[in-house]
Amino acid sequence: MPRFMSGFMPRFMSGFMSRMILPSLLGLGLLAPPAPGSAAEPETPPLELKSESIELPFGGSDFPPGPGVEAVKRNCLLCHSPRMILYQPALTKAAWTKEVDKMIDVFKAPVNPDDIPAIIDYLMHVRGAED
Amino acid sequence: MAGHLITRRTLLGASAVGGLALLSRPSLARTMIDLGLPGGPAEREITTSFPTKAAMVLQRTRGPLLETPFDVFDKGVFTPNDQFFVRWHWAFIPNAVDAEDFTLKVHGHVNQPLSLSLKDLLKGFPRVELAAVNQCSGNSRGFFEPRVPGGEWANGAMGNALWAGVSLKDVLDRAGVKAGAKHVRLGGLDQAFADAPRFIKSLDIDHARDGEVMIAYAMNGEQLPLLNGFPLRVVVPGWFSTYWIKMLNDIEVLDRPDDNFWMAKAYKIPDTPGANMKPGETGVPTVPITKMIPRSFITNLQAGDKVAAGAPVMTRGIAFGGDCGVAKVDLSPDGGKTWLPAKLGKDEGKYGFRQWQAEPTLPAAGNYTLMVRCTNENGLAQPEMPNWNPGGYMRNVIESVDVVAG
Repeated sequence: MPRFMSGFMPRFMSGFMSRMILPSLLGLGLLAPPAPGSAAEPETPPLELKSESIELPFGGSDFPPGPGVEAVKRNCLLCHSPRMILYQPALTKAAWTKEVDKMIDVFKAPVNPDDIPAIIDYLMHVRGAED
Repeated sequence: MAGHLITRRTLLGASAVGGLALLSRPSLARTMIDLGLPGGPAEREITTSFPTKAAMVLQRTRGPLLETPFDVFDKGVFTPNDQFFVRWHWAFIPNAVDAEDFTLKVHGHVNQPLSLSLKDLLKGFPRVELAAVNQCSGNSRGFFEPRVPGGEWANGAMGNALWAGVSLKDVLDRAGVKAGAKHVRLGGLDQAFADAPRFIKSLDIDHARDGEVMIAYAMNGEQLPLLNGFPLRVVVPGWFSTYWIKMLNDIEVLDRPDDNFWMAKAYKIPDTPGANMKPGETGVPTVPITKMIPRSFITNLQAGDKVAAGAPVMTRGIAFGGDCGVAKVDLSPDGGKTWLPAKLGKDEGKYGFRQWQAEPTLPAAGNYTLMVRCTNENGLAQPEMPNWNPGGYMRNVIESVDVVAG
């Protein structure tokens, strides 16, 4: 079973990659000279492409406390870690509402409609701006 | 240009970072950088937690957004792979790719659909090589005023590499494009959530067959880091990075224009010079972002640096022309009143970074604003005033650094 950077393994992607990784080597013959006009670099040694496998840090949920924080944790962390929100500039309530609508309508975020007011309250609490 | 101040500090418990308590773990020493974004938050963590990557500015952990610390650009025109910026749209990215099993499919409006292994690509096609700047459409978005939502990058969502791979044209020719083809759609191994729009982009068929667009299997002489798109990445010289699909595994030739979300709705800019409009302006026609425009940066001096008065001040940096080469770079020692030509470094290819150098003499003690301006081979020069658009795209204003002579 492949592992995903996100730490999530949505069901719809199971079987998406075939199997665990075995190290492999691929020889590369230099079949042709560099394209005309390219820089006269020293001759590149033959390249071997090796399987890659890495572990990535998982975002955690370091949201500062505030009204609605639980609604944000419930609904927003599937697709992105907290910094996506916390590094935004201060936005008006209208602008934040537009962002939340975009996440739901365009990016299909599975947000519970009952949580939307609390999510916007929290966004205004941490990164809100006057109209 | 804002200073890029790196500080090491110990954050105790829920101490404030940019007005926000970010940490739950106490007494953790973190190296922070101030990106100087107007209105904040401007502080970011320098992370070394990502495999295959050295120190990077952490913009987002998942899906990863990692920015190149700006001092890297002072070290040379090729950005090292382990500090090349990282940007993924969706968090659902395989963290392992098997080089033996991987296949690139070519299908759609073609005579002969293909399924190519990496070995097929490495051994069965001529190798091409090209230096090219890869720049995020939203590079420098964090400097927009008024600020706009999105990835809040400083100037480090760009890099220059020597790419090696095969020509997209050669691969398309092998498949045999049928008459009437319109677009070539490019997709990678990353997945969208549920029925959200997968990140796929298309190039016009003539562009895809121009012989320059590349399927790269190497950057700077090594295979691509997985975070930069191992094993294959599209290279579209002179165009913004949104077209440079990572982990490329699917090429579909379309007999119609691609109207998928990422072409028709996202990455649109005002159809105006410099993608510029007024904040709040409505009814502005939009077009997809495509070609890059010139930029230049001072890399060896930061805001507040002390320099000598009455003697030449070594000033250097990088420039790139966008969709063509650099014609000239000029430096102003006096906030744009007078300009002197900079000396250009070795030309590594018209789509890459070009180093420049100048030695202005600042006549007396005092404050000076150094400015740098690139003019590209099409005669396009960087503008004096920054552009604005709601997407935060295509910033290329003349950059400046305030120094103190004494």
